Amino acid sequence: MLGFTNEQIYRYSRHIILPDVGGAGQKKLLKAKVLLIGAGGLGSPTAMYLAAAGVGTLGIVEFDTVDLSNLQRQLLHRTQDVGRPKIDSAQDTINALNPDVRVVKHKVVLDSTNVMDIIKDYDIIVNGTDNFPTRYLVNDACVFAGKPLVDGSIFMFEGQATVYDAAHDGPCYRCLFPTPPPPGEVPSCQEAGVLGVLPGIIGSIQAIEVIKLILGKGDSLKGRLLLFDAMAMEFREMKIEKDPHCPVCGEHPTITELIDYEQFCGVPFPAAPELLEPELVLV
Amino acid sequence: MYHFPCYLIPDTYKMNRWNPTIINAPSDISADETFDLKGEICPYTFVKSKLMLEMMESGQILQVIVDNDESATNVPKSLTNEGNTVLGTEKINETDWMITVRKK
Repeated sequence: MLGFTNEQIYRYSRHIILPDVGGAGQKKLLKAKVLLIGAGGLGSPTAMYLAAAGVGTLGIVEFDTVDLSNLQRQLLHRTQDVGRPKIDSAQDTINALNPDVRVVKHKVVLDSTNVMDIIKDYDIIVNGTDNFPTRYLVNDACVFAGKPLVDGSIFMFEGQATVYDAAHDGPCYRCLFPTPPPPGEVPSCQEAGVLGVLPGIIGSIQAIEVIKLILGKGDSLKGRLLLFDAMAMEFREMKIEKDPHCPVCGEHPTITELIDYEQFCGVPFPAAPELLEPELVLV
Repeated sequence: MYHFPCYLIPDTYKMNRWNPTIINAPSDISADETFDLKGEICPYTFVKSKLMLEMMESGQILQVIVDNDESATNVPKSLTNEGNTVLGTEKINETDWMITVRKK
């Protein structure tokens, strides 16, 4: 009836009521395919809100197992899940929330050999990674595949979110941070710490951006870096522009194939001196 | 459960909150679709009316039947808010209302 099951009409009624969603928008959500890189701090709220919204296919890339120290912020996983593969507890949580959602599990370590094949089936990629090699790899892969990348990162009491979409005149990650520094120059993730609620804020912002992209409504964070400071309880915004000299999405790219960087944890901002804080990512 | 003292409750809440605005539809109207929503409550009467309208063409006429005053009050308002033209809100028997709307 009406293109939905009766249960779907009730489940999604608060979306269907919205003038900018309606039945047509809800059908777009049900048909959408979104890939989450990581089912950790950022991936948890993103996955749960996208599942609740009825995003039809959620792919998850995650190879890790649930650790007790994850539960302070990673809401997909429960105490009884400690020791289980995160991808399995993520699937259980998502399907308990909304059986409409098809979860596609990619239990792999992303690298240059598999990333293009994994992302090719998805409309939008969501970055919830905790390390810089993956961050650069996913950025480059999205530029090559022409896919929008909804990016988020968190550190202690601060977080950032933006949308990279080099295929549609937006900047990519390398427009801001062209190359990572050598490994060893950066502190370890485990030593930094992160406020458990912080990924809830940033991951939720990523979920909103995904939904807006699927609906084709609103102004996305493309070309804007949203900065959140929980201690000051302050949002700021920085305009970011496509760099014509960007090594991967510029006019004369020097990076034309994927790179597997060595594992390291955080980098200072190399291309944005106005941002004094080092960016670390802890998911 | 907490009960508000009666002096804090506005008068409008003591009265019947649902007062459908009766509009008599033009007699020469013929509906392209009719939709029986008896047994359905707010906001699902509106949600289902909206979904039905989405499947129709601009300018077509939908008649929905609801069986409660709340829906007869709110559905025409919500349909109007979305840009449609409500042509009629009529009581057709002891309990039921017929809402006639032209899709924007």
